[in-house]
Amino acid sequence: MAARIQIPPKAKPGEIIEIRVLIQHPMETGYRQDDVGHPIKRNVINVLSCRYNGVEVFRADLSSGIAANPYIQFYAVADQSGELEFTWIDDEGKQGSERQSIEVAA
Amino acid sequence: MKRRTFLAGLGGLALAGAALAQESLDPRAAAVAKGAPVRKGKVKVTLPQLADNGNSVPIRIVVDSPMTATDYVKSIHLYSERNPVSNMANFYLGPRSGKAEIDSRVRLAGSQKVTAVAALSDGSFWYDAASIVVTLSACLDES
Amino acid sequence: MKRLALAAALLVAPHLFGGNAVAQERAIPLENLKSGSAFLGDDLRSLQNDDFANPGMLWVERGEKLWSEPAGRTKQSCSSCHQDAKVSMRGVAARYPKIDAESGRLLDLEGRINLCRARRMGAEPFKYESEGLLALTAYVARQSKGMPMNVSIMGAARPRFDAGEKAYHLRRGQMNLSCAHCHEANWGKRLLSETISQGQPNGYPAYRMEWQTLGSLERRLRACLSGIRAQMLPYGSPEYLDLELYLAWRAQGLPIETPGVRR
Repeated sequence: MAARIQIPPKAKPGEIIEIRVLIQHPMETGYRQDDVGHPIKRNVINVLSCRYNGVEVFRADLSSGIAANPYIQFYAVADQSGELEFTWIDDEGKQGSERQSIEVAA
Repeated sequence: MKRRTFLAGLGGLALAGAALAQESLDPRAAAVAKGAPVRKGKVKVTLPQLADNGNSVPIRIVVDSPMTATDYVKSIHLYSERNPVSNMANFYLGPRSGKAEIDSRVRLAGSQKVTAVAALSDGSFWYDAASIVVTLSACLDES
Repeated sequence: MKRLALAAALLVAPHLFGGNAVAQERAIPLENLKSGSAFLGDDLRSLQNDDFANPGMLWVERGEKLWSEPAGRTKQSCSSCHQDAKVSMRGVAARYPKIDAESGRLLDLEGRINLCRARRMGAEPFKYESEGLLALTAYVARQSKGMPMNVSIMGAARPRFDAGEKAYHLRRGQMNLSCAHCHEANWGKRLLSETISQGQPNGYPAYRMEWQTLGSLERRLRACLSGIRAQMLPYGSPEYLDLELYLAWRAQGLPIETPGVRR
């Protein structure tokens, strides 16, 4: 599962940073059929979380109501330098993760 | 159809429109508060008035909150009026979010109302709803 | 009389000189030429222009990785011959579809990529609409972003162009419509809630909301065929290539937008 994550590489202490996540995934609704009329099983990314130096700062439960190749934008307070880790998992149990580092200095 | 019944029908539509404008809270969205009152306010849901295609519609949810250690948004719950799965997403935030603001893209099965309920750290619930017209594609596509 | 004959000869002349002169003619005057993105709502247009959130960029990024990934018997990658795509592929997509000098075959970018795989890498061709083919095509086309489409319809390309022009004006399917009925005679008018576009190819491969994925121009042509209730030609049919060449010529001057975002 390819993904694109965008965070600023540098921030000031206490600065609110914008986090953008785009993940390649069909977010299969379970209501579609294939070419020969067989139902396609539901398979969506059902949870996405963001940990900042190991502490969860954001989590989302997603459903078929989120568009294919889901896009989520949210915010976090940059309090110290370190790493943001993004993990997600779909109905088939496939897991994805990405890490991005951030430098926090006055 | 007789003109009179047609006109009566139009009148009914106008009434339905007025009811929609009053924005009674979607009962499925209200359920998240487990009986606690859900008040209108603090939350702002933004959708385009018209979507080219229901498969991917931009949505923004903003909750008015200082997002401090003692006063923050715990979660935001998103509900669709017409989708087969009503609860579209739940977002869990906290003081470290800095700002209670989410942008995403949703799937909408037709024109409808989308409701967001926010649960605050003081135990209160707030909501907003936005209506959208989703147009259908003019051309069949079986490619 | 002499003067008249001369005038007549001048009128006929552009056709006699083939490609070059014909290229001066246009199906739609340059000042009226509009990309598909001009027919979108604000949201989709800004999504296309957002280099991060444009979902087609997921494929472009994948293509960038594939570019330097060795494949096939020779263990070569695209970059083994072409080095940095940002330099070597700049402007290439604007000139496709194009005749391959070696085989005389008309190729679109997808065809060129697969021919390279067969000829230089000894690798299996990618399947139509496969992730790999879409990703590499999008990556190569992206390198020409902003450059005006500019195909050649001279020489061996000419008969294919003529066939494409004919195919473009051929009535088909239960609705008995040609491409021209919608995209030439009625662009800018409404069809249900949509505005009919000029059917320009400069955003492909494009991310279509209808597909919820990236797709090729060939898939778009198939979608149009199904829209007018005509039989979809199988992938790889020469008629698609002829049409793609005609469309590219028709779009000359329009900047490449790949990966476009479309309804």
